[in-house]
Amino acid sequence: MAELPTTTIIGLEVHVQLRTQTKLFCGCSTKFGGPPNTQVCPVCLGLPGALPVMNEQAIELAIRAGLALQCDIPPMTKWDRKQYFYPDLPKGYQISQFDLPICVDGVLEIDDPADPEKHRKIHITRAHLEEDAGKSMHDETAGSADSRIDLNRCGTPLLEIVSEPDLRTADECLAYLTKLRETMVHLGVSDCEMQEGSLRVDANVNLEIDRHGEVIRTPIVEIKNMNSFRNVAAALDYEVKRQYVEWEDTGWTIKSKGKRTFGWDDVKEVTYPQREKEESADYRYFPCPDLLPVRIPRERVESIRQSLGETPGEARERLQKQYGIKAYDADVIVSQGREMVDYFDTVATHCGDGKRASSWIQQDVLRTLKERDENIDSFPVLAADLGNLLSRVAKGELPNDRARDVFKHLVEKGGTIDQAIEALGIEAVDESEMETLVKRLLDANPKVVEDVKSGNQKAIGPLIGQAKKHNPNANPQTVRQIALRLIEQAP
Amino acid sequence: MLDSAFELLRQQAEGERSAVEIAQQAIAAIESSQPQHNAYTHFDGDLALATAKAIDEKRAAGKPLGPLAGVPVAVKDVICTSDMPTTCSSKMLRGFRPPYDATVVERLRAADAVIVGKTNMDEFAMGGSTETGAFGVTKNPWDVTLTPGGSSGGATAAVAAQTVPLSLGTDTGGSIRQPSAFCGVTGLKPTYGRVSRYGLVAFASSLDQIGPIAWSAKECALLLNTIAGYEQRDSTSLDRVVPDYVTATDSNDLRGVRVGVLREAMTADGVDPAVQAAVAHAIGVFAELGAEIVDVDLPHREYWVPTYYVIAPSEASSNLSRYDGAHYGHRSEDSDNLEAMYCKSRAEGFGAEVKRRIMIGTYALSEGYADQYYNQALKVRGLIRADYDAAFSQVDVLLGPVTPTPAFELGAKIDDPIQMYLCDLFTVGANLAGVPAISLPAGLTDGGLPVGIQLQAPALEESRLLFAGAAYQSATDYHTKRPRG
Repeated sequence: MAELPTTTIIGLEVHVQLRTQTKLFCGCSTKFGGPPNTQVCPVCLGLPGALPVMNEQAIELAIRAGLALQCDIPPMTKWDRKQYFYPDLPKGYQISQFDLPICVDGVLEIDDPADPEKHRKIHITRAHLEEDAGKSMHDETAGSADSRIDLNRCGTPLLEIVSEPDLRTADECLAYLTKLRETMVHLGVSDCEMQEGSLRVDANVNLEIDRHGEVIRTPIVEIKNMNSFRNVAAALDYEVKRQYVEWEDTGWTIKSKGKRTFGWDDVKEVTYPQREKEESADYRYFPCPDLLPVRIPRERVESIRQSLGETPGEARERLQKQYGIKAYDADVIVSQGREMVDYFDTVATHCGDGKRASSWIQQDVLRTLKERDENIDSFPVLAADLGNLLSRVAKGELPNDRARDVFKHLVEKGGTIDQAIEALGIEAVDESEMETLVKRLLDANPKVVEDVKSGNQKAIGPLIGQAKKHNPNANPQTVRQIALRLIEQAP
Repeated sequence: MLDSAFELLRQQAEGERSAVEIAQQAIAAIESSQPQHNAYTHFDGDLALATAKAIDEKRAAGKPLGPLAGVPVAVKDVICTSDMPTTCSSKMLRGFRPPYDATVVERLRAADAVIVGKTNMDEFAMGGSTETGAFGVTKNPWDVTLTPGGSSGGATAAVAAQTVPLSLGTDTGGSIRQPSAFCGVTGLKPTYGRVSRYGLVAFASSLDQIGPIAWSAKECALLLNTIAGYEQRDSTSLDRVVPDYVTATDSNDLRGVRVGVLREAMTADGVDPAVQAAVAHAIGVFAELGAEIVDVDLPHREYWVPTYYVIAPSEASSNLSRYDGAHYGHRSEDSDNLEAMYCKSRAEGFGAEVKRRIMIGTYALSEGYADQYYNQALKVRGLIRADYDAAFSQVDVLLGPVTPTPAFELGAKIDDPIQMYLCDLFTVGANLAGVPAISLPAGLTDGGLPVGIQLQAPALEESRLLFAGAAYQSATDYHTKRPRG
């Protein structure tokens, strides 16, 4: 394609699910994956007479997000109703924010994918709070027309972050989404788990075609509800080509056709027009009379600003500098969010060895979290305990493999390090006892002595294994040192 | 015929009668009244007797009892009850049983009241005559050819027919006060936010308020004591101390109280001479009781009805969106796709008046018209509030008519919505401003029909209204008149 010079204009609307314990207007749990319709009450079901009550934590998290995106937080915000009929919208309206959103006029700075030396400022028009709808599941197999509705998600708090049409390429969109996700996760605003639907993307896209100095704008297409970064990139790439061809075929412009809504088929990898209403949707927004306007005092905004702490970028740089760990390792830790950075800081400080802390967290902690499907804030091994455990390893009081046993014990059984050590029968081995043992093993293995003498230090390996068999508390490091010394001293 | 709530409490305290005996009497009264008046959409004698029995047992065991122990209470069918259907007199909610109690119902139960049934109303509280509901009209116990008023016509008729001493109504534009005037009982619309709306099926959320209906102001005070007060499940609920309203009615001394008279409203065109006479007479009574009479005006009064009939239908059009046949309520059996299911379910489930208001509200909120209608109405509402503030800087209470006329004939206005809406001429101001207002029996027409007067007070001054109302009732006997037959 691209016979004529073309610029792609993209604006993104990103819905992130706020990490609140309860829903936006009632006390129901927001936990993902419960059996259908088990996390519901009269309020989120929209039963007659039920009334919404605002969740303060959602306001707090929205302000955090807004400040991280350099938004203004106006002193007053309010709730509006957006009316439309939909089977998984039980009230027939969504409580959202229309003309006075909680966050306005922000910026997200991204690395320019075309030139790593440069940055791009993507402007944020607004970020507003709204409640999520439920989920419809349609079974249209073989003549059955079975529709089921799960309202667990109904009333879950969302922050819709709307960018200006500042983005130009799919790569820029990916850079923007990556940066946005990292920021939201880091601040504890959202888990941004796309497979759980806690981050969803709509893209508004059209082309500016330069026909010999005359700029032609193609109709805007809104691609709805993309649920992976890969899909966003693929859909945008596809849509750009499709719009050019469509323009060549039809000559449609933004003036003649306005805006349309498309979906993304991730099997066929095409965008497709969704059923269009004959008239444009009229949501009949008006202030929700069940909820009072929300005043947000300056002091509250400032105190949240104080609590924001460093940005992910700052955290990455600091970890590398402060603990001498690699950029990659810092990235892994920071990308897990603010709580993980705090956890790492504590572990590293307590054990006095940032590299050791980093490798334990990346291997042992992250793997255990994944196995147990847990967050770091509910992890059974406290950062200070892990730090103390690793400090014993660093001081040579405990071999690495025994420390791993202790860690496992703490995860499974809890308790203190000392209790774990006692339960596992770990005790310090007397140096002379160890020397006797190693001497006996060397005597029994003349081949090892010979190999080491001829320069092959690796030959000690099997000896360490045998030593551990005799005494599980034998420190491999110590065994190696004693063996080398004895061999050297030997005649 | 059933005695007053205070008398029933005394009889039980002194062992003259049990709660069960009282409940039996109430059930018998409902059973004999129902075929004539149709004041109830649902009543449950067995349930009432079981509640009464439990109260008698509590009393026998020496356990503490609530302030309404053993008193039969009827609840308007727009208020959620977990053990009885809540239909809003609509086919849309026929047989609907909410899984929870409204806050006011929880409080009635905690006060050991005996809830005997649900009272008839205009569909979703939209109407002024209790004729728009799906389960038949309610008839005025004073004359069964007349309307009891609406939309709490069932709630006021239930008291007027002496089936219960107390009932709960709701008032969005006058729906407690107008039928109270038509049925010769006392009804109070509290300050917006004074009584929790949790569990009240919404008509117009920014105007709706639940309130007490009884023969006298003192009994209204007793019921208000139980239902008033902050509740966190309603964000618009006011977090203010609830005074003892019954104690507030102990004094009759109105010396120093400034009563503002809406002279212009009193003599306006279309106001029945009997109503004018009742208001004039009441002015005399208040003056005799020592009150200072001051003429006042609420300059934007002519905009009350148009403002109300933009705001209320707008909110209603939104609040009633949830009745779409998808999750509960009436679903059309005659639909083969989603859109048809919505359209047909709503077309079949709602009556004409509800549809009319949904259409008006949808239009008033629609893109391109919202500024002309809804947003304009909000601005006028601000002016109306300012009028009240100005008036209450001069006087303590406002006195005027409740309705332009006494009760009219059933069917007389049902096909003329504008005439019906004008029944709210004097009442909607209090809802738009959020202030409390009370309707008091204040005379009888030559034909023996009750006529009411209305008192209004600043926000949260229910005590003042009940005190003034009780003082008026200590000097008059209109609230003791009962319908014949």
